[in-house]
Parts: sequence; C-alpha cells; structure tokens
Amino acid sequence: MRNYFSLQIKQLFRSPTWGQTLWMRILVGFFVLYFVAVFLLLGIGLFFIIEELELGDPLDVVHGYMLFYVLGDLVFRYLMQKMPVADIKQYLYLPIKKGKIVRLNVFKSLFSFFNVSHLFFIIPFGIILIVEGYPVVETCVWMVSVYIALLANHFLNMLVNNSKMVFAIMLSLLLGLLSLQFYFGVDVTPFSFAIFAHFSSINSLITGGLILWVLVLYTLVFYQYRAQMYLDAGLLDKKIKFRENEYKFLERFGPLAPFLKMDLALITRNKRSKSAVIAGFLLVFYGLLFFTGTVESYESPAWQFFAGIFVTGGFLFSFGQYVPSWDSAYYPLLMSQNIRYIDYLNSKWYLVQIATIISTLLATFYLYLGWDAYRYVLLGMIYNLGINSYLVLWGGAFVKTKIDLSSYKKAFGDKSAFNYKTMLLFIPKLALPLLIYGLTAYYFSHELASIAIIVISILGFTLKKPVFRQIEKVYKKEKYTTLKAYKS
Amino acid sequence: MIEVSNIIKSYKKEVVLDIEQLHIGRGEVLGLVGNNGAGKTTLFSLLLDLIKANQGHITNKEIRVDQSEEWKSHTAAFLDESFLIGYLSPEEYFTFIGSLRGLNKKEVLEFVGGFEDFFNGEVLNKKKYIRDFSKGNMKKIGIVAAFIGEPEIVILDEPFANLDPSTQIRLKTLIEHYTEKHNGCLLISSHDLHHITDVCNRIVLLDKGKVVKDNLKSGQTLIDLKKYFENEIAK
Repeated sequence: MRNYFSLQIKQLFRSPTWGQTLWMRILVGFFVLYFVAVFLLLGIGLFFIIEELELGDPLDVVHGYMLFYVLGDLVFRYLMQKMPVADIKQYLYLPIKKGKIVRLNVFKSLFSFFNVSHLFFIIPFGIILIVEGYPVVETCVWMVSVYIALLANHFLNMLVNNSKMVFAIMLSLLLGLLSLQFYFGVDVTPFSFAIFAHFSSINSLITGGLILWVLVLYTLVFYQYRAQMYLDAGLLDKKIKFRENEYKFLERFGPLAPFLKMDLALITRNKRSKSAVIAGFLLVFYGLLFFTGTVESYESPAWQFFAGIFVTGGFLFSFGQYVPSWDSAYYPLLMSQNIRYIDYLNSKWYLVQIATIISTLLATFYLYLGWDAYRYVLLGMIYNLGINSYLVLWGGAFVKTKIDLSSYKKAFGDKSAFNYKTMLLFIPKLALPLLIYGLTAYYFSHELASIAIIVISILGFTLKKPVFRQIEKVYKKEKYTTLKAYKS
Repeated sequence: MIEVSNIIKSYKKEVVLDIEQLHIGRGEVLGLVGNNGAGKTTLFSLLLDLIKANQGHITNKEIRVDQSEEWKSHTAAFLDESFLIGYLSPEEYFTFIGSLRGLNKKEVLEFVGGFEDFFNGEVLNKKKYIRDFSKGNMKKIGIVAAFIGEPEIVILDEPFANLDPSTQIRLKTLIEHYTEKHNGCLLISSHDLHHITDVCNRIVLLDKGKVVKDNLKSGQTLIDLKKYFENEIAK
C-alpha cells in the first residue's frame, strides 16, 4: 500500500509535464483556483441570490434544479473524466492481489477534480443553510446525501463510460429536460423536487437506499474492472475498425491535400481527437445561454460577442489549440521529412477555417432568435477567421503537451484531461476583441463596434503572409524543445 | 556528401558526442557500431536536425542542416516508431510520404509493390492501421518508407533489431541492391556485428561519444570488432 503510493507520487513528480516553466505552473494554479472559486462563490452566494430574487425557499429551489445538476455532472464526467486503466499493466505480474490493485485504483479515482470540486459548493451551501436556521442534523444529512448521489455518478460513469448508447440517453434526457423547462415552458422542477426533497429529511429508507445504490455501483465497478484485468481484455487498447477512405474531395487543395487528408484521418480514427472535435461542435449550442436572455448578466454586448466567438470557434479552440500536439507521436517524421513549415501550418489553418465556416452554418438556427443574435455569430466567425485562426496556431507552439492518440483514455482526470494551460491561452484570444467591441459599443454604437471588428479581421486576413512568417519563426525556434517534450 | 565538423553534444555537463571530423562520401555504406550510450542515435538525430548541437555543425551536400531545410528533399530516415503515423494504413502512409517526395499514389504503390518479398505478405492489403501491426512489421514499413522517392541519403537506426531472421537476410539483400543502383550514401547503426560488416563498406566505431575506429571494410574488420568488444569486457 505504502509502496503503491510512493510510486504514484513519483509518477506525478517525475512526469515529463511536471518540469514545466514556473509561470505556466502558476497560471495553471490560478485556473484551478478559478474553478474552485466559482464553486465556492456559488456555494456561498446561491442562498442569498435565490432569496434576493424571491424564488421561494432556497433549499426547495435548489432541489428543483438538482436534477439538471446531477445529470449535467454525469454528462460532463462522461466527456471529460478519464478512466483509471492506463497504469495498471505494470502491476499485473507483481505479487499483488488483483482485487487490491483494483481497489487502490478506484480509491485513487475518488480524489479526481470531478469529485472534489463539488465539495466546494456543497459544504459552504450547507453551512449557510445551518447559519440561516435550517436544522443542523437534517442539513448534514443533506450534504452527505447530495455528495453520495454525485459519487454514484462517479461510479456510474466508470461502469458505462464505454457505452455510447448510455451517453446518448443521458445527453438527450438532459437536453430534453432543459428544453422542456426553458423552451416549451413545461416546469420540470416539481419532478426534480419530488426526488431530491427527501435528501434533507431524516429518512433511513432514503439514506439507506442511497448508500446501497453507491455500494451496488461500487461492487459492479469492482467486478467489472477485476474481470478485465487481462492484457487481452480490459487492458487492451480498443481498436478502431479499419475503414478505407480516400477523401478524394480534398484533392482540390493541391499541395496541401496530403496534409488535410492526414488530419481528417487523425480526427476520425482516434478516440482522443474525436471527442475533442465533438466537444468543439457542441459549443455551437453555447450561445443559447447568451442569446435567449436566460442569464441576465450575459446580455451586455461584450458577452454576446463572446458567445459569437465561441459558437463559431468551438473546433478552432478544441482542435486548433493542440496544433502541433496532435502530431506529437510522429513529430520527428514531420521534422525530417520533406515538409515545409509553411505547408504544414497552412493546412492546419485551412482546416480550422473550414470548420469555423461549418460551425457558422450549423449555427444558422440562431436566426430564429432574431437577426441581432445571428449578427454576433457572424461577427464571431469573422474574428475567428481573421485573427483567432492565427492565434491558436501561434499559441499551439508553446503548448507542448504530448498527446497519446492511441490510448483509449488518458491517465487520471486532473492531470491532462482538462488542459488548463491551453485554456489559459484563451485570454488573449478573447479579452482583446471583447474589450474592443464592448468599449466601442458602449461609447459609440453597435454599428461602429461591428465595423471595428470587421476591419481588424480583414486586416488580419490580408496580413497572412507576414503573420505566417512570424509563426513559422516561432515554430522553428521551439522545434528542439517541442521534439524533446514529445519524446518523453 | 555529409561533413561533420567539431560537433559536441552534451546534456548538462555530460558530453554524449564529441566528433572532430567525419566525412561521409558518395557510394559509402557506413555502419555505426558501439555499445549503448556510445552516441549512435545522437549522431543520427543531429544529422536530421532533431536535436541541437552545443558546438560545431553538420553539412549535408554543403547545406547546414540547422540553418536551411533544403537537405530534407534528398534525405530520408527511419529511426524509431515516431517516424510512423499509427492511424494510417501502410498504403496511406506510403502514399503520404510519396506525396512529399513528388510521387503520385500509383507510382508509390508500384514502388512498394516491389518490396512484397521483404514484407513477406504481411503488410500490404491487410486492411489494418499501422498501430495494429506487430513491432517487426512496423519496422518493415518504416524501412521501406525511407526508400520511397529514392533519396540520395538514407539513415536507418538499428534496422536489424526486431526483425525475424528471414527478414534480416532479406534486408541485407535489399540494402545491397539499393547501393548497387544508387550513388548516394547509406548510414546504418546496429548491434549485430555480422550483419553490419556484411552490408557496409565502412565501419565507424563509437565509444562514449568519440570515434574510436574508422576503417574501410576488409576481411579483418569483423575479427577486429569482435576483439575490441571482448577487450572492453576484459577491462
């Protein structure tokens, strides 16, 4: 047991990503803090917000929306949380009981960011409830019950993570309920309330049932993992079925065609890139939060423009930010083959441009919400095409995360699933245009703000050659350290 | 064709490669031998500009490899699996490499078709991605890809390792055929003294980053090499 932990700790500290530059570490720390802060603020503030808005008893309101929270958590976990299979192999032939290996791995998985983060909401919220005069014991039971329910999600996700069916059901359930609630005007909250209201009462049946539910899930997880502890069973990387595909339609890109074909194969044939791309396109729906007026504070022009950038730039961000990391497995080949940097960058640039236009077309449904919403979408597209397409490629040169395409799921949650560093690079990509748009719209007019964004974007577009030369320089300068980072 | 001058490569304070002068000319099949850590792969990586030297430079046909990319059009290499693209089928991979060297798909498939013997029927038309092939077959794919477009300079790091005995013999024939037809140069490293003295016409022995022996092959070479390593153990 102690040995195992010392190995885990070594794995952490000796991992190639550990020795990153200090400022990156600090920024990453800030990002974790940011998330913690969001949960914490929600935990502390939610009670008073609900009271202020006079929506009713805060706890009852929370119960009403709890179903969304739990379902959303499950969907989010499915997309982001990684399964603990990666580092079992080396323990397999050692004299350790298989059951113990599984238990340790499951135990370790409990400390994932996806589990811990909820505590920052539940505990302060619970404390506020007690301070506000809710019964102490009941509130404690409530906190534990909610956490158990979320823990159940953790195990549930481990059980069904390989099943696309279950995910599809969960996602459609969530989207269905959300659209019922916010679009069709059917109130789902009483239903949710009916389930979760019991969490705050001392009812041995409910508490016992919850605990039993988690135990059953844990046992299932245990036996499933135990049964898969063979090199040719669960520990085998899943093979993706071979499909011949010529991508003939890409021929028109001439010298770039081979690269684009390769990128398309990369995206469609690797689990890791696939999920990134899907996540990227899901961002098309992100605008609903902003354009429907659901959240009041999002109605300012800067935030609306922010949504426009995200709606059209999902792929740009999710895929583009990892250029050239996607090619990390064979970067030495690319660096020694007869490839010019310009061609390589150009092909990635085209890919990102095409995807941005596709996203914009997908987002046509925002026209339904009025021209104003779609105007932001179009502006977002223009800025993404003109400026952000360069910025992601430029930022990618510094990312240097080795991406293991072949491993079905990457090691454990926190380390790599969520790449804080790359998300941080968002700031310059977003802060600048938001400031420009927001300020111009505030002091002058929306028309002028739109024109400002369009002019900047067109300027970016026409400066492609010199900008590419600069990016090329960065890539060349970073070449050796990038190769080294990908090697380990 | 290749000129190594005053190259020093060190990590922290440890010098891993220190070569004053090494000239590799046309028609040479140069075999690089030496124990682990002798600097073989380091030298290859420097030749391909995959790592940066602390001192000195390398020219490839008068082109400084760290200053221009022009050498890439006449140089090809297979060092390890990071030269393969796992999610492509062998055919797609060959076509991709071919396209970088100005060959169309038909020409590429014709070219690799000529290696059917070397592949032993285990590589082409298998409807499999490269990542799902065995290590040995991956190696075959990488070696053949390095010859696509008939580059003047080909660098192979330990091409014999991981190959089954029949394929090792086939690889020797392949190399011999290639050098007969082309007036470029071939750089090979290996731990197998027999194979390397069979196919190479010049042997360079590295030890702890330094050139210890550099001889044209003669009837005596294999015996000399064996003696050298036996003495190393005796020390």
